[in-house]
Amino acid sequence: MRKTGFIAAAMAMLLTASAASFTQADEPKNGGTLVLGTTQKARHLNPAVQSGIATAVPGTQIFATPLRFNDKWEPQPYLAESWSVSDDGKSITLKLRANAKFHDGKPITSEDVAFSLQTVKDNHPFKSMFSPVTGVDTPDPLTAVINFEKPHPAALLAMSSALLPIIPKHVYGDGQDPKSHPANNAPVGSGPFKFVEFKPGEYIILEKNPDYFIEGRPYLDKIIIKNYKDLTSLALAIDTGEINMYPFLAPTKDIARLKKNDGLVVTDRGYEAVGPINWLAFNTNNQYLKDKRVRQAIAYAMDRDFIINALLGGQSKAATGPVVPGSPFYADAAEKYDVDLDKANAMLDEAGFPRGDGDMRFQLTVDYIPGSAELQKNVAEYLKSQLKKVGIDVELRASPDFPTWAKRVGGHDFDMSMDIVFNWGDPVIGVHRTYLCDNIKKGVIWSNTQSYCNQEVDNLLNEAGSELDQAKRIALYKKAQEIIVDDAPIAFINVLPYHTAYSKDIGNPPLTIWGAMSPLDEVYIK
Amino acid sequence: MTMTLMVARRLLHAFLLILAVLVLNFLLIHIAPGDPADVIAGEMGGATEEMLADIRKTYGLDKPVYVQLGVYLTRALQGDLGQSFFYNAPVLDLVAGRAGPTILLVATALLFAIFVGTMLGVLASHKPKGIVSGLVTVVSVIGYSAPIFWTGMMLVILFAWVYPIFPIANMYDITRGGGFFDRVVDILYHLVLPALTLGIVYLAQYARLTRASMLEILGSDYIRTARAKGVAEVKVYGHHALRNAILPVVTIAGLQFGSIISGAVLVETVFSWPGLGTLAFESILARDYPTILGILFFSSLLVIAANLITDLVYRLVDPRIRTGG
Repeated sequence: MRKTGFIAAAMAMLLTASAASFTQADEPKNGGTLVLGTTQKARHLNPAVQSGIATAVPGTQIFATPLRFNDKWEPQPYLAESWSVSDDGKSITLKLRANAKFHDGKPITSEDVAFSLQTVKDNHPFKSMFSPVTGVDTPDPLTAVINFEKPHPAALLAMSSALLPIIPKHVYGDGQDPKSHPANNAPVGSGPFKFVEFKPGEYIILEKNPDYFIEGRPYLDKIIIKNYKDLTSLALAIDTGEINMYPFLAPTKDIARLKKNDGLVVTDRGYEAVGPINWLAFNTNNQYLKDKRVRQAIAYAMDRDFIINALLGGQSKAATGPVVPGSPFYADAAEKYDVDLDKANAMLDEAGFPRGDGDMRFQLTVDYIPGSAELQKNVAEYLKSQLKKVGIDVELRASPDFPTWAKRVGGHDFDMSMDIVFNWGDPVIGVHRTYLCDNIKKGVIWSNTQSYCNQEVDNLLNEAGSELDQAKRIALYKKAQEIIVDDAPIAFINVLPYHTAYSKDIGNPPLTIWGAMSPLDEVYIK
Repeated sequence: MTMTLMVARRLLHAFLLILAVLVLNFLLIHIAPGDPADVIAGEMGGATEEMLADIRKTYGLDKPVYVQLGVYLTRALQGDLGQSFFYNAPVLDLVAGRAGPTILLVATALLFAIFVGTMLGVLASHKPKGIVSGLVTVVSVIGYSAPIFWTGMMLVILFAWVYPIFPIANMYDITRGGGFFDRVVDILYHLVLPALTLGIVYLAQYARLTRASMLEILGSDYIRTARAKGVAEVKVYGHHALRNAILPVVTIAGLQFGSIISGAVLVETVFSWPGLGTLAFESILARDYPTILGILFFSSLLVIAANLITDLVYRLVDPRIRTGG
């Protein structure tokens, strides 16, 4: 830290800047290249029809959204300079910036907003984001009024990050399927960076948009996103300075090692919205697991602290419920299922499954997602040894690759499975889907594959989904989470240890709730 | 048999072979559990029922397998390898873009292995019970037995991290500017470690093979005659012995071309080399049927071409084949 006067000046800048998250009191400088390393391969670069981190990181640079969020979950102006929610909550009016242009020079109008919203509604996998939208009115080129059939508080968050990119109607409105549109590989957006080159599975090059609608930004000249095929080489690449940012860093040994590199900063901030949870899911149709006491007993048999501290090197936070800590809707669960083998044994006895042959009560299988051994396979193996102590014989079922696992779990052909599911900001987007009765859909991965159904939870979630009053909404989610945690269709384990490692000479690293999945127009190289 | 007839027969065989490769692989990949729609949904963090159905329909996956196979073969014969399920791009573009790096890597590794391997083999054959021979044998065994990805990782750790003289990964540094010449130098610089990794495994085989072959020939009558004539020892080795000892090396080199491509999968993954190997690996995981088939199509072409070249080279180095036909 420098002199206090300097910090005060930075604070003043913070107030004027829209979504700043300053960590250093340095003056931003123009120029330089951000080289970001990842193992995630983008299918294409249009987030309107493709969810996921790989497309979101470049997508949020190329496309601007109506709003953006700061690190306190507060909406900020972006393409929309102002917005207002009607009193009945059934419409949101966006006032667009007059100076905003697409990279091809054409102005952005409310028509583009209406078109983009319709495209996302029709094609994006997160249907719940805009399903209550009945239409978008465009009274003038800079005003868009989004109408809902019922109040829809999740809409504001769904207008940020990669969720509602404003795509040009004059490019995508040519009648071709937006999912396979040729422009998806060379998109025209309005964000801080323009598309230069995309080599699938190799790299993406973006350059500064000189006509960006926010004066003086972005600071960087270029962003290069480099694909690595191997996590070890990716970690070595940031260690040696071959790249200067590594978001979504998850292997805990790499986190620990990179933290020791004096030239790097390693932080776990910036993953609040994505909210990734590692958990054990129960198939509640299983003859043993349909009994709540059995599921609870299994939760009691697991030592979450051991998993976090021993298996994950202490680099990860505990998850105790459906909503990730750091979200405004997080509820500190009353029941955390702290390890208690005696209680687990007693509950299994009470459920009517006494120990039999070989001191075992019954047998279950556990699946896990292949490819992230640390979070999935290792925990499943630990589970086997732990459940043996309470008389449950567990068989691990390995899957050779993701599609095999997805087929089993999506097809409800499992007893228990390790799984990783993201919150995606608002519970309406990423949480409801796991618990709603009408989302028990065979063949659909990350739907309610547990076949869990509790009418009370359904009512609470649906009510919370259209409650405009934030305090009441939080209370409804708290109630729903308590019931879910007690019903235990899932044993919550930990938040994924996502970290961002970046070089010390990077100013304004992306630490808002969306992390690297937000416009990097404030980032600069010192 | 005339040359043209031979080539024509070869081409017919090649065509039938490729067709068989395509049909067999098409069926194999469809037997594997899981479908591309799940992978696409997986990439997106979830999808609805309607979306999954829509994806399957877009790619024709809702039709019976034999219909899909028919459609695929008809198009493939017209030179249309289809659209990748995973990437938003035609398979032909993807494969063409990745073929160059793989051929560069494999050819460099193979040439390195043949050249250095043969030299070591000759050196070892000079004094079969000497230190050099023993060393070559030990190094060969280690190089051949060590898993290729392990060798690769060790080289990365040693030469890119502990002594950072070589880059960790990729084929060139996209952040570096410069003209064509700079790019070529940069590619060669990035090529060293992966080519060395892939080369080491095969080098061992050539060294052993040449050593054995040389020892056999050095004991033959005409070598004794040459020596008796007073021919210089260097010439005995180079001109008389090696020319004959090299024949099995040529055969093996041709045969190995196919297996070297499969070895490239691992090396490319370790070094993030943007070749067909990594693309193949990723497409299998993604159940990207058209891309997998496109790569197999291309690599069978390569193997067939390599065999043809082997035949030609054989005729060049061994005059007996030329006359014998």
